Amino acid sequence: MDEFLRQVLAGLATGGIYASLALALVMIYQATHLVNFAQGELAMFATYFAWSLIDAGVPYWPAFLLTVAFAFVLGVLIERVIIRPVENAPVLAVVVVFIALLVILNSVAGWIYSYTIKTFPSPFPEEPIFGKYITSHEGGAIGVTMVVLLLLYLFFRFTPLGLAMRAAAQNPDSARLVGIRVGWMLALGWGLAAAVGGVAGMMVAPIVFLDPNMMGGVLLYAFAAALVGGIDNPAGAVFGGFLVGVLENLLGAFVIGNELKLAVALVLIIGVLVVKPSGFFGKVLVTRV
Amino acid sequence: MAALLQVSGLHASYGPTRVLHGIDFAMDEGTITTLLGANGAGKTTTLRALCGMVKTQGEVKFDGERIDGKPTENIVRKGIAHVPDGRGTFVNVTTEENLRLGAYTRKDRHAVESDLERVYGYFPRLKERREQQAGTLSGGEQQMLAVSRALMLRPRLMLLDEPSFGLAPLIVQELFEILRTVNEKEKVSMLVVEQNAAMALELADHAYVIETGRVVLSGTAAEIKSNDAVRRSYLGY
Amino acid sequence: MSRRQIIVIAVVLLAACALPFVVSNYRTFQFTLALVYAIALLGLNMLTGYNGQISLGHGAFYAIGAYTAAILMDKYGVPYWATIPVAAAVCLVAGFLFGLPALRLEGLYLALATFALAVSLPALLKYHHLEHWTGGVQGIVILKPDPPFDLPINADQWLYFFTLAVTLLMFVLAWNILRGRMGRAMVAIRDQHVAAEAMGVHTAMVKSMTFGVSAMYTGVAGALGAIAIQFVAPDSFNIFVSIVFLVGIVIGGIASISGAIYGALFIQFVPNIADAISKAAPWAIFGIFLLGFVYLSPMGVAGAVRMAVARLTRKAQNQAAKP
Repeated sequence: MDEFLRQVLAGLATGGIYASLALALVMIYQATHLVNFAQGELAMFATYFAWSLIDAGVPYWPAFLLTVAFAFVLGVLIERVIIRPVENAPVLAVVVVFIALLVILNSVAGWIYSYTIKTFPSPFPEEPIFGKYITSHEGGAIGVTMVVLLLLYLFFRFTPLGLAMRAAAQNPDSARLVGIRVGWMLALGWGLAAAVGGVAGMMVAPIVFLDPNMMGGVLLYAFAAALVGGIDNPAGAVFGGFLVGVLENLLGAFVIGNELKLAVALVLIIGVLVVKPSGFFGKVLVTRV
Repeated sequence: MAALLQVSGLHASYGPTRVLHGIDFAMDEGTITTLLGANGAGKTTTLRALCGMVKTQGEVKFDGERIDGKPTENIVRKGIAHVPDGRGTFVNVTTEENLRLGAYTRKDRHAVESDLERVYGYFPRLKERREQQAGTLSGGEQQMLAVSRALMLRPRLMLLDEPSFGLAPLIVQELFEILRTVNEKEKVSMLVVEQNAAMALELADHAYVIETGRVVLSGTAAEIKSNDAVRRSYLGY
Repeated sequence: MSRRQIIVIAVVLLAACALPFVVSNYRTFQFTLALVYAIALLGLNMLTGYNGQISLGHGAFYAIGAYTAAILMDKYGVPYWATIPVAAAVCLVAGFLFGLPALRLEGLYLALATFALAVSLPALLKYHHLEHWTGGVQGIVILKPDPPFDLPINADQWLYFFTLAVTLLMFVLAWNILRGRMGRAMVAIRDQHVAAEAMGVHTAMVKSMTFGVSAMYTGVAGALGAIAIQFVAPDSFNIFVSIVFLVGIVIGGIASISGAIYGALFIQFVPNIADAISKAAPWAIFGIFLLGFVYLSPMGVAGAVRMAVARLTRKAQNQAAKP
């Protein structure tokens, strides 16, 4: 029973991280109908930025905020410079561009920081302060994730800019007709997605250690989470994230062993895509012939 | 007095297909003009061309300033509101959010609030449904919403694309009366594209008839109404 | 096939045969790998270039072919040349089976599913219950085959010629498939899915078959690769193998047979040159080239060559036509 509770809580902690990354994926999908294969590498790159700040003596939380800002700017730049030219290009071209982005970010990180594994600090204390079933970092990660998700919700629901972004994503033509600069809304969306990804990266790095390939598995879980919840549904992505996190831990601890945990993500992804592509909460997309 | 809207030699294409072959017309401030014509004549394309939504050649001057070739968002900010065919409702947000989006580019917050009340005054049914998802509104209500959203811009010129489409005649009557009121009280100029020629000619001051991408007839509404060719082709008697 | 094309192919073949005798053993080995990649790229190109199904997971079939060859040679003493047809058959079936659920996925979603497969593959290969077969994390080591009949060439040269022969066979097969009914059906499905179906093309069958054949090609390449490198291990078959194949077909030229060769040369030799700069450099270069080709030359090297040849031919014709 103890172990069960422990796994569930740890699963909620990693689930929160998956939820954040899944949310970033859904945000970009909603606005562009594109799957951002490079989301993980963006998060990794931002985390390395945080690492260099901390390594240079900047205290954790200021470094955290600076990194969020850095990730935001990076996301905006990438959308404007690299993604915009292929907005309306055939699918293969878009996929290739995303893969190119993945590869470039990965190799630049490797070039600047080398491939040796580094430790990344956690802002939360060593001793468990949330009880015996969960490390402080795991508890803290859940807290940080919830705060980020709440802020995003408030932004989109209650601010004019958030409303404009939602409008631009749903109906770009009408959005233009009310004077919304749709191009910049997309860039903003990318910026926010990158920033959220950066937070996810900084929360997961203390657990999996920092190296250029650290986000591969995490990204896979995030894809699974986004698909399970419905690739065009932000709330679904969050739900999916926590569900996948808990499922991964429970299956890994009690059913299939830790080695095959990643296979859980694979099975979920293929399963959802083949059986119910719209996930739990998404809308069924009907293609007109 | 210079015309509010001056269009000269407007050509427009969808990709390689040329749809407008040199449209010329003008509108004075404070007037209602209607563009008549059969399906496929190029009426909708004309409105979209004015808003920069299709590739164009030729000149479009709004209040003396050239707006051809400019991006839609910028044209809108000059005070031109377009009510598109199909209404262009933001279906996944509420009625009121749709209206607030109409005022997105405005900085005068108090005036926006009073405009909101005024628009609810024209269309009380929208006020009843203000928190409802706009996609659940009926066709007529969505048309009212689309017009209201355009009004929230406090436009100088409103472009309306087939506002009567799919609406019951009584509702069209109601809508056109409100348009007439808005035009008289708030001096909003209107360019109305319509297939329903009879009602459009009741509403408008001037009219142009478009056929296969060219203006073939122009005059006051009264002149056009009594024109034999128009009566036979578009008014059915 | 025009006379000029036949001459070009003959010249290239002659050069290819002469190659092992004029360069070092190591260089010969590198060219052997380039041939292996050419087969793999041909496979991927059939699926993605000609049939429009985007696969980011072909590294998985490469791995299956490689492990098939390695396990047969290591555990069952099967001679190296016999492992090739077995790897081909295994991957044909595996590809066809994967192609069946993939039928329901389009574009981005198929890319996502295959991406997931490729990312999780090393973990699957390391699974300890399969260790007895796969050799676990350490993998399997196999021996380089000796030249038969005491031919006066060394092992590297023999391996090169063996691979060259298989490559030729696979290319001729592909050429036949692509210009026949199957090839036309594949392209029809890529370009106008619904119209193809309406005209009686059995889209489900063609798409699954294409997946199978494409996997078969990549599997054969995997087997040859394993024999050449003499080693298979789970971490050699990560997502980057699939990505390198994608790089190869984009740069070589989508929907082009000759593109497979240009692409293979690119992905084999660029890292060798770039490695000198830094470990990260090859991938940065791949990424930049990918972007460059998408924005500037979407038809890849093959397309650029075709255009250049066309321009030169036109010029020659104009010159000849001048009075």
